[in-house]
Amino acid sequence: MSTITAPTKDVPSKPRNLVEMNWDPITRIVGSLGIFTKIDFDAKKVAECHSTSSIFRGYSIFMKGKDPRDAHFITSRICGICGDNHATCATYAQNMAFGVKPPPIAEWIVNLGEAAEYMFDHNIFQDNLVGVDFCEQMVKETNPKVWAKAQSTPAPHSNLHGYKNISDIMTALNPFTGAFYREALVMSRMTREMFCLMEGRHVHPSTLYPGGVGTVPTVQLFTDYLVRLMKYVEFMKKVVPLHDDLFDFFYAALPGYEEVGRRRVLLACWGSFNDPDVCDYTYKNMTNWGRGMFVTPGVVVDGKLVTTDLVDINLNIRILLGSSYYDDWKNSQTFVKTDPLGNPVDKNHPWNQTTIPRPQKRDFGGKYTWVMSPRWLDKRTGDHLALDTGGGPIARLWATALAGLVDIGYIKATGSSVKMYLPKTTSLPEVEFEWKIPKWSNAIERDRARTYFQVYAACAALHFMEKAMAELHAGHTKTWTEFKVPQDAIGCGFHEAVRGVLSHHVVIKDGKIANYHPYPPTPWNANPRDIYGTPGPYEDAVQNTPIFEENGPDKFKGIDIMRAVRSFDPCLPCGVHMYLGNGKVLETHHSPMFGLQP
Amino acid sequence: MAAENVPYGRVTQKPSPVAEVHILWITAGLGCDGDSVSVTAATQPSIEDVLLGAIPGLPKVHLHNPVLAYENGDDFLKFWYMAEKGQLDPFVLVVEGSIPNEKIKKEGYWAALGTDPATNQPITTNEWIDRLAPKALAVVGCGTCATYGGIHAMEGNPTGAMGLADYLGWDWKSMAGLPIVNVPGCPVQPDNFMETVLYLLYQVAGLAPMIPLDDQLRPTWLFGKTVHEGCDRAGYYEQGDFAEVYGSHKCIVKLGCWGPVVNCNVPKRGWMAGIGGCPNVGGICIGCTMPGFPDKFMPFMDEPPGAKLSSAAVGAYGRAIRALRTMTQATANKEPKWRHPRAELSTGYHPRTYGTM
Repeated sequence: MSTITAPTKDVPSKPRNLVEMNWDPITRIVGSLGIFTKIDFDAKKVAECHSTSSIFRGYSIFMKGKDPRDAHFITSRICGICGDNHATCATYAQNMAFGVKPPPIAEWIVNLGEAAEYMFDHNIFQDNLVGVDFCEQMVKETNPKVWAKAQSTPAPHSNLHGYKNISDIMTALNPFTGAFYREALVMSRMTREMFCLMEGRHVHPSTLYPGGVGTVPTVQLFTDYLVRLMKYVEFMKKVVPLHDDLFDFFYAALPGYEEVGRRRVLLACWGSFNDPDVCDYTYKNMTNWGRGMFVTPGVVVDGKLVTTDLVDINLNIRILLGSSYYDDWKNSQTFVKTDPLGNPVDKNHPWNQTTIPRPQKRDFGGKYTWVMSPRWLDKRTGDHLALDTGGGPIARLWATALAGLVDIGYIKATGSSVKMYLPKTTSLPEVEFEWKIPKWSNAIERDRARTYFQVYAACAALHFMEKAMAELHAGHTKTWTEFKVPQDAIGCGFHEAVRGVLSHHVVIKDGKIANYHPYPPTPWNANPRDIYGTPGPYEDAVQNTPIFEENGPDKFKGIDIMRAVRSFDPCLPCGVHMYLGNGKVLETHHSPMFGLQP
Repeated sequence: MAAENVPYGRVTQKPSPVAEVHILWITAGLGCDGDSVSVTAATQPSIEDVLLGAIPGLPKVHLHNPVLAYENGDDFLKFWYMAEKGQLDPFVLVVEGSIPNEKIKKEGYWAALGTDPATNQPITTNEWIDRLAPKALAVVGCGTCATYGGIHAMEGNPTGAMGLADYLGWDWKSMAGLPIVNVPGCPVQPDNFMETVLYLLYQVAGLAPMIPLDDQLRPTWLFGKTVHEGCDRAGYYEQGDFAEVYGSHKCIVKLGCWGPVVNCNVPKRGWMAGIGGCPNVGGICIGCTMPGFPDKFMPFMDEPPGAKLSSAAVGAYGRAIRALRTMTQATANKEPKWRHPRAELSTGYHPRTYGTM
């Protein structure tokens, strides 16, 4: 059974001098991550990469035997920046298991809250965490020639964002002292106020419940949200051209930069924003209401949209071991033999997984991490694909664009792009942005997609606002549907965490949780080599990444590797280890093979 | 050469006796980083207010938090090694995430940060706490996981997780004589934490006395009142007017809210910028600031045992009072009779110099 995830490359015949370089912990992500690499400084490439995680908490263990109604409160705590995505996904699984559909206004309130989460999180991650990798201080320390070039390169859209040269954008990104860094931080608070209006508090919501919400819908509630939304809309009209200018500059200043963080197009999106007009949370209708989501679910392989069917997506999820600190569960009980439509469910599916931790010493030749290896079985070829989310936005936009289903005016998926319309705001006229499917799945395009998705979320919120107000004015203010917890049931929820695919699978027996397995985006992105030897997405995206940094091994920051890793928006309250080995110091060449021509 | 023109008012400015202080922030407990993220939402003060010196008289603060740090990998971790060697004096150790029990297994690690150069194995978070707590000016637990164990310490957990005071000892004191400072919340309320940091900076500068803590080591001015005492729905409770379904604007104690017995100020101050919160906006209080969280509040959506009694007791009184108040309110909603457009003055004033009679 083949498990190809990256095109195989010919091994060079002469032995390579490889220097071990490790970064542990990786900062400016959520959670702790370490990356271990071997760098070929002669060829200016990363030869090998291992990513490891160093924290285990055990949700799937301590949730056993608990009341199923508590699942969304508990699972919110899986993540400290997107916990509400977990809580929301858990309520989707609970709704299915309990057989309950929330009233439409509750769905719009949740959608408004989740849209605010995307608007907040992408903003703070892009401009306060990732942005520091592109700031003046960092660029001066890693690529002084690029800084010099930035100082003499005018920004093509300075009339829209106000920064004259590319170097001015970089200065504005300096942590704490940069003007744009601080503006983004302030904006991240306003977006969280929007979130709090709908879901109570951030990050762990208080007003979400299975069956609906506790938020009280009033004229004041929606006015308070809308006024802030329009300020965000105005802000984004300048942020998109600012980032386009910055990212396009890197391609121009460092030819070949498209290879940084590049991997095969193997993207997964599980869809986001349910439409109450079609979504009834039943498994038997899931194919249909999945396609009704305002971010279309899909698997994209080499640029082709393989499926948009959540049932299909569900059945082919496989959790593989290989390099992680767990025992196999082959001999543990099978919880679910068939799904509600009669399809067989595999032993390696989250419904049937049993988590058996076995803490042990770290061994890069064997087991080295707490992250398991989720894979998606491509029925066409039998491959277990190491899908990635690209940090979330790129996969969402790519799947939605190709599917061509979403059309709410503010957003239109065209088959090859997504158009996004922002109406007139206080000082700026209407604008239509278009995200076009890029040529590569690489660091720069993942980052660019993030800014565009901030706009997508704002556009979606404008639509949700109209729908919510219509319900309010029609007097439909009931926000919760009563339910009874069944003795035995199964449920699954599919959602997009900020960083990508999120699924929650629950099995209820005797009225209590018998099995619960959440799969957030980071295990999909940060996993290690599986039993078939297929490396995880971070590993293969970083491997064969060329080095453009001008420093040699003694001052090496690995900035190109960091940009590659951070483009995935790693969020793992788990850790990956990159440690510095005592590598051989080689003769280093200070004139890069790629990079600026003098 | 002219003498420097020193403004007169500079006499009011006194530099802090401690010029600089480092904050070493370990997020590598069993956590979700939610407290670090929460702190970026604070405005009273904001993180940049503190780091850029917006408040006078305080030491300069250097923050080492992995979520926000410029430095990466070894460049970031070097501050940990410096603190251990006494080269980063004074520093405050902030811990986020539950403290695991590393003694319950033969090998491996539940939580770790960095690699030990001698063994090439990860250094456990507990090892870092052992190395750094004795050298710290103060140790602060940020969020319920670090303070009391929280979610990861619930019944049936595999890691034996606990809070800082369980690990170091409830009577632990720093070398400067400070007890562990616990700022719970799941996550911690943004301004609660930053306000506590500001207090500690004042204390370090000699401008405030020992931080007042309750017997759970929480700042008393933040955690001294219950959710119920600060909730704007308490009026419904007093009137015996309870919600039967989620989404009602009334008191939600019968739907699972533990407000009457939970030490927390969130309904009073809102979640951030006065917006949001928990029961005040329709979210049942699940007791997330309390040492008993989460177990003593589960299942969350069930009516707490005491609520049946108290809501019944207040029911009869409430119905009667509401009826009486409705009557008085009806009277208050009518204007006095003398406000009319007729050609007669019936306000009680009898004019002698004008009038139609």
